[in-house]
Amino acid sequence: MGTNDRKKIRNDIILAVVLLAVAAAAMLFWHFGKVEGDFAVVLIDGVETARYALDTDTEVVIHTDNAGENTLVIAGGKAYVGAANCPDLVCAGHRAISRVGETIVCLPHKLVIKITAASDAGGVDMAA
Amino acid sequence: MQGKAKKLTFLSLAAAVALILSYVEVLLPPIVTAVPGIKIGLPNIVIIFLLYRFGVKDAAAVSAVRLAAVTLLFGNPVMLIYSIAGAALSLALMALCKKCGLFSAVGVSIVGGVSHNLGQILVAMLLLETAEIGYYMIVLAVSGTVAGIFIGLAGMAVLKAMKNVRF
Ligand SMILES: [Zn+2]
Repeated sequence: MGTNDRKKIRNDIILAVVLLAVAAAAMLFWHFGKVEGDFAVVLIDGVETARYALDTDTEVVIHTDNAGENTLVIAGGKAYVGAANCPDLVCAGHRAISRVGETIVCLPHKLVIKITAASDAGGVDMAA
Repeated sequence: MQGKAKKLTFLSLAAAVALILSYVEVLLPPIVTAVPGIKIGLPNIVIIFLLYRFGVKDAAAVSAVRLAAVTLLFGNPVMLIYSIAGAALSLALMALCKKCGLFSAVGVSIVGGVSHNLGQILVAMLLLETAEIGYYMIVLAVSGTVAGIFIGLAGMAVLKAMKNVRF
């Protein structure tokens, strides 16, 4: 193995370590910077269609384009997707969310469910 | 002309292998379902091989054929734009990384894995008009790096095994 190859492998390792370190730092920052939210906001195609208070248990079916259906469940102050008819079911497999900024995304249905605080009037999500 | 035909035959074969790897990946149980888009990126073994042996143009052509075939076979046209964004950004950055000569195929593959996820997240942020989902990128950076290491090692093994094959 030439010195050039060895240098490349060293650079590979530096690259991997830097990426993982940045991710770990971002994760810590994310984890400690979060506060419990007050509302689960439903966005279809980027437009807010409804919001539900997290302190009231409920279950609603969200209808999206092309007969898409996702059941939003709010229970015990947390929101999750109980059932959906999207092809990948990533949204239904997502853990329950309750802290400001957390989201559940259903890419096939162009649906985003995100948690906001009471002070957030909504409609300014791109500026956030 | 004979050489050209041979090359075309090989590239078609490569596209078929990449397609099979895409299918295998669909069959694998998801590792983490909490985040959309976590994939090992098995087809990237083929793309890396092509990038090193044939160059970026042929790698892009095979990648495009694979995406078209995947969409036709197990398709979901909504997801095609995510796939295109991921594949295009990934290949462009891998080609740059290979050209700069600082990394081995493993480093190139790591860049490919992470940027594939980055491309998909960027499109999702644009289409869903929601900047918040950017935090998925944290998890996807980790999965892209880890998967990239293994895909890069596999790509290196294929390159080594095919070293004496002439096209
Ligand atoms: Zn879904």
